[in-house]
Amino acid sequence: MQTWWTLTRRELGGYFLSMTGYIIIAAAMFMMGFSFVALLWKIQAEPTTLLVTEMLTPFFWAIFVLATPIITMRLFAQEKFSGTFETLMTTPVSDFEVVLAKFTAALVFYVVMWLPFVACMFIVRHYTNDPAPFDTGVFGTTFLGILLVGCLYLSLGCFASAITRSQVTAAMISLVAGACLFLLGLMADKIPAPVNWQAQVLGSVALFEQMRDFSRGVVDTRSVVLFVTLTLFFLFLTLRIVESRRWK
Amino acid sequence: MSPDLMIEVANLTKRYAGRTAVSNISFAVGRGEIVGLLGPNGAGKSTTMRILSCYLPATSGTVRIAGLDVVKQSEEVRKRIGYMPENNPMHADMRVREYLKFRARLKGLTRKRSRERVDVVAEQCGLTQVDRRIIGQLSKGYRQRVGLADALVHEPELIILDEPTIGLDPHQIRSVRQLIKGLGKAHTVLISTHILPEAEMTCNRLVIMYEGKILAADTPENLQRLMSSSNSQVVAEIAAPSAALHECWAQMPEVEHFDVSASDGEYFRCALTPRDGLDLRPLIFDLARQRGWMMRELTRSRHSLEDIYLQVTRPDEEEES
Repeated sequence: MQTWWTLTRRELGGYFLSMTGYIIIAAAMFMMGFSFVALLWKIQAEPTTLLVTEMLTPFFWAIFVLATPIITMRLFAQEKFSGTFETLMTTPVSDFEVVLAKFTAALVFYVVMWLPFVACMFIVRHYTNDPAPFDTGVFGTTFLGILLVGCLYLSLGCFASAITRSQVTAAMISLVAGACLFLLGLMADKIPAPVNWQAQVLGSVALFEQMRDFSRGVVDTRSVVLFVTLTLFFLFLTLRIVESRRWK
Repeated sequence: MSPDLMIEVANLTKRYAGRTAVSNISFAVGRGEIVGLLGPNGAGKSTTMRILSCYLPATSGTVRIAGLDVVKQSEEVRKRIGYMPENNPMHADMRVREYLKFRARLKGLTRKRSRERVDVVAEQCGLTQVDRRIIGQLSKGYRQRVGLADALVHEPELIILDEPTIGLDPHQIRSVRQLIKGLGKAHTVLISTHILPEAEMTCNRLVIMYEGKILAADTPENLQRLMSSSNSQVVAEIAAPSAALHECWAQMPEVEHFDVSASDGEYFRCALTPRDGLDLRPLIFDLARQRGWMMRELTRSRHSLEDIYLQVTRPDEEEES
């Protein structure tokens, strides 16, 4: 517990003591701003539609696909490259604590990165006459969705960072894998009517669709289970990679 | 297994893909010793140290630290070790004090205890002046001291330092060396180096490694005695006619071989090799006094560790010559 907390704090320090953290947040805010403007236009045009789903413009997804690899790329790769991984692993810490602490720090940073989005939502809620789409419950599920999708992408990024010494390689791997995951989901939409098993499989990983559910206020157990399982799976793989130096 | 032994290495082998870094070595280090692992680059020193500090697994063989197995009781072993890797990697964005506290907490010290210990080691390593500075902006000498302070912060029984003085200027080397010598009182220290005077000065015992094997392991004095027993040349600078000197040495039965060369002024430099390892110095002094020659130097060359080192680490070339 002490180790986990000490390491998590150190990792968060790594984000906030350097420029990296602020650059990521600034870039994410820029994209959120775009989404926000898009939302305002939609509101003006047709005020009665389900507004929150309209937030899900390409910019919104770009935040997941682009920001998460940059958040996670340094976690292991930087320490391996600079050699501090050696000083870390020769202290009495367990591999599990290291992986968990790094993931926690990435997740905390990710949540902080999304905070400006909350502000955007409150602004819209304040200035619209129809508060229904901005109901607190819907808010909650939207953020639950953002959190779950984030967990998946961050764990994927952790894994990518653990398998290489180069931050750029780590970012590339998680970017490509993340983008593939997202595009697979999009493909499910495009498959024509007779629903075969391929479409069903694709449909089950359709992040786009599931996120739309969350932002409508629907929490589908299947998607929660899917995200949590995949997150745990990638964290497990990361742990195995970290352990692997003992049996390689 | 003996309670007095800090490190016991038995038949340790480490193979990387296609390359054997350490090949079947065994050695032991007692408590309170300062032992130097000596060898050229690529001799397997760092690999050995990484295995001792539980970072890498051995291919075969066993390593025990304070009686504990480095594989099976890894966490217990790591609590007892202070390890400073080669090049001393650190988080460059942290401040000295903050970094040491972070490391102390990682090593399981309580908040209060880590504060106390950080004060102690900062003092011990001469860091009190810079403890608010950012590590990335410190000079190499200070960085090295931060590394040492980190290795010491949890009062480990065994301190493993991989090339602690690499890249330092002579001044800094001296202060780091003194620090290490001071550690020997309370801790067991294993340092690796390829710089001989360093090992000669700081260590009680030397283990010389070459191409993954141990070539020699003994005290610096014994290693020297081993080498110097066969011949010990004497150099004398005497002001006398060259011919007289030649004649003298040729007549002296104790001198096996001599060489006279002109030095500055009227002085000649005579290099004399004795028969049977005799000490020629009293004889030469006597001679000079009798003849009334001026003498300004009389030294018996000791074989430095450098010779031993060069000889044992280059067996092939030695045979060729």
